[in-house]
Amino acid sequence: MTRIPVKLPNEPNLSPQIIAEHGLSEEEYQRVLAIMGREPTLVELGLFSAMWSEHCSYKSSKVWLRKLPTKAPWVIQGPGENAGVIDIGDGQAAIFKMESHNHPSYIEPYQGAATGVGGILRDVFTMGARPIANLNALRFGEPSHPKTRHLVSGVVAGIGGYGNCMGIPTVGGETNFHAAYNGNILVNAMTVGIARTDRIFYAAAAGVGNPLVYVGSKTGRDGIHGATMASAEFSDDSEEKRPTVQVGDPFVEKLLLEACLELMATDAIVAIQDMGAAGLTSSSFEMAAKGGLGVEVELDRVPMRESGMTPYELMLSESQERMLIVLKPGREEQARAIFEKWELDFAVIGHLTDSQRMVLRWHGDVVGDIPIPPLVTEAPVYERPWTLTPLPPALDPRSVPLPRDWRASLIALMSCPDLASKAWIWRQYDHLIMGNTAIRPQDGDAAVMRVPGGGHKGLAMTSDCTPRYVQAHPETGGRQAVAEAWRNITAVGARPLAVTDNMNFGNPQKPEIMGQFAGAIMGMADACNALDFPVVSGNVSLYNETEGRPILPTPTIGAVGVIDNIAHSVGSRITQAGLGVVLIGETRGWLGQSLFLRELHGREEGAPPPVDLAAERTNGDFVRSQIAMGRVAACHDLSDGGLLVALAEMCISGGTGAEVAQPAGNAVPSHAFFYGEDQARYLIASGSADDVIEAAHAACVPAVLLGYSGGPLLVVKDLLSLPLGDIKTAHESWLPQYMSAAE
Amino acid sequence: MKAAVLVFPGSNREGDVAQAIELVTGRRPQMVWHGDGDFEKTDLIVVPGGFSYGDYLRCGAMAAQSPVMAEVKRRAQQGVPVLAICNGFQIATEAGLLPGVLMRNAQLKFVCHDVHLKVETSQSLFTNRYQTGQVIRVPVAHAEGNYFADADTLKRLEDRGQVAFRYCAPDGTVDGSGNPNGSIDNIAGIFNEAKTVMGLMPHPENAVEPMFGGCDGRALFEGLVDALT
Repeated sequence: MTRIPVKLPNEPNLSPQIIAEHGLSEEEYQRVLAIMGREPTLVELGLFSAMWSEHCSYKSSKVWLRKLPTKAPWVIQGPGENAGVIDIGDGQAAIFKMESHNHPSYIEPYQGAATGVGGILRDVFTMGARPIANLNALRFGEPSHPKTRHLVSGVVAGIGGYGNCMGIPTVGGETNFHAAYNGNILVNAMTVGIARTDRIFYAAAAGVGNPLVYVGSKTGRDGIHGATMASAEFSDDSEEKRPTVQVGDPFVEKLLLEACLELMATDAIVAIQDMGAAGLTSSSFEMAAKGGLGVEVELDRVPMRESGMTPYELMLSESQERMLIVLKPGREEQARAIFEKWELDFAVIGHLTDSQRMVLRWHGDVVGDIPIPPLVTEAPVYERPWTLTPLPPALDPRSVPLPRDWRASLIALMSCPDLASKAWIWRQYDHLIMGNTAIRPQDGDAAVMRVPGGGHKGLAMTSDCTPRYVQAHPETGGRQAVAEAWRNITAVGARPLAVTDNMNFGNPQKPEIMGQFAGAIMGMADACNALDFPVVSGNVSLYNETEGRPILPTPTIGAVGVIDNIAHSVGSRITQAGLGVVLIGETRGWLGQSLFLRELHGREEGAPPPVDLAAERTNGDFVRSQIAMGRVAACHDLSDGGLLVALAEMCISGGTGAEVAQPAGNAVPSHAFFYGEDQARYLIASGSADDVIEAAHAACVPAVLLGYSGGPLLVVKDLLSLPLGDIKTAHESWLPQYMSAAE
Repeated sequence: MKAAVLVFPGSNREGDVAQAIELVTGRRPQMVWHGDGDFEKTDLIVVPGGFSYGDYLRCGAMAAQSPVMAEVKRRAQQGVPVLAICNGFQIATEAGLLPGVLMRNAQLKFVCHDVHLKVETSQSLFTNRYQTGQVIRVPVAHAEGNYFADADTLKRLEDRGQVAFRYCAPDGTVDGSGNPNGSIDNIAGIFNEAKTVMGLMPHPENAVEPMFGGCDGRALFEGLVDALT
């Protein structure tokens, strides 16, 4: 039965301006009218606006996301739930996801980043997992931009402030700088949690009449229309949108985590969903929709932070640290006791119905009444026009001059913003709490964490993307991002299992941007298929533009792998002399889009390095097998900066030098050999290099001995000799010096 | 050794210290909720790290007023040993179990990394497995670990041998290079006068296994087992 909702006092009439302010196009509003059969009330309009926003509906990206592989025997839950779930053996599951908080972090860096961490943590513990690690991928504008320092400082403090208080170690990530992010930074946060495979919680509501329970913080006026904001381009007055940014309280979230896990240990819960973007609207709506049910909500029962709040504000507030739970009948008091022990709000705010409608009541009156299925089935889905970025011509390395001063070239690369040590950042994050961190930031290609309750088992995790490659050729860049994540998991000795993707792009209504998105997806799909590396969760952030200038397309890949015995994992530090330094993989000398070309010659040109997925697989499987046999003391994948940068990183982090040479007879120009960014390559340090090389040849994997570790210098025959201290100082001082210049 | 670990709203390293104690004693300590005024008889009370009450007001200020702390003070007066780590140290100073205060780090940032500590005395329940002057490596993770006390208090601490650990360089030199937070005289940990209460900012509980941060913190717990079993 359709009820005509009452109109509240002071409720404005819906003008075209109000409709436009809700981000609905004329065509979309006509759909609203068709579904409702009448003009919606303001709160109903707000609901459509939020649910059909790009952020919640994926209306521009959906047709493309379907092309990604999402299944494998070890996948328990793919995209569509709060987070992805994979089986890691012994009855345990890893639950993980990455999510962006780009727009809020630019407007208010501390709170924007902090609530980004809070949101992704909730996505993971909503499913029954105890979070064991956080990672984050950050992209800032160029260092010389007047806002960059302030943004770095605020974002890092916000991530640390939230994660440290929650007691979840922040163990990995990446930070880049590029002018394309000057007006639109990226803050992508990832959480990995562990649950029992038989104790995973989902959002689908069930059981007509079951109580709908609100727990956590009270609802305030913060973050109203955050989802709509996140779906629009920025203009120069975007700082004026500050009131749409939420404020985080990690202390309350810590209590919420403990209370939820305590309740989850009972059997009282039917379904649970966190209140993230679009708050109570999307959580209640999604729970009912997934269960094929209806829901009746008494909004006056929602715990409120301030008086005078309206149904509209309550439905659209993005106040943090809140959860919605469907309980089994009669379990209200058991649940209430747990939340009251943790000093959190607890309120029964409604119940499930069989009407397939969402009915909102305010002091008894119906103020909103929306049919649920059409909002999903008739949600706009756009096949936006797209133009693929053509592959630029490959750059001939011979067109790039050799360094006149090799020492200066290495120092310049090791201290450039993208390659300089990020210790200033990760030392502000508690990366050791819980006592499970086996490979710490900067000590290996991926963080390696002991799995609590999992015996000797470890989880490896990383986040990767090379946006300049994606910009030059999205398909190659998409492949490369997945391949690099797979390599980083491999390089610590773990088996890569699955990924989460965080797609950060510009305005999808521009065909070239939609083409970047399409190209990146095609490349990612190729790589995920070839490497058996399914996508189990993700997030799309579009409209990352300021005044029409888009960011570099940035499909960040978060990846997780497992290692059966954590004692067999290896880092990238060379800590002893006399180890053979072996290069695995083929080096053609690819300088196009390399950091060498950009940092030393100021050129961002050429095709990015091609990604041969068969070679990735063969070489990676080989490296993993050698690590498992105990033949590898240190391993590092080759990526940004190429071979010599990787070797320098291995030497300075381990405090041991090395002496290497380009193999005799190798015809690649020396700068392309040492700084080229060819893919599918690893550098390993081994006490049994001969055995490794023999095994490589047997496996048809290119492998060559470059030299040996030892001494206080990094020496490249005929080219350079540098004390490790000089490299280390250059590498470690750039970021602290840059940041202290502001103080 | 029977140990009790307090849990406040916002504690977050209680699991780490419980794990360390279980590793050396083979027995899980009892976890004591802050609202409980009373708890079982125990040989050691641990006030763990974290952000009790979100570190709102002042770090440790609210936890120091909780019912369980009244009981801890009573038992500490009777001589029951108390180990107060990080936020626990802050709580212990707020509760008057230890002198001095812990201020915001000098560089105003949270710091998490390994530090070196010089063991100032082996003559205590907590440090008997170390040598006086030994250098150990354990991590810190805090934003408010900058120890301060007035000159009279400092003199008393020094005269009575109440300084337990000082931050130092890897070779044991006590200077600014090894000090992560600006603590006066590089003080990382102190005892009460009877040396039955120890507070420290670093986390020995995160250095008890070779693969996970090294073993230098383990002797602290083993020493307690020796002394209290």
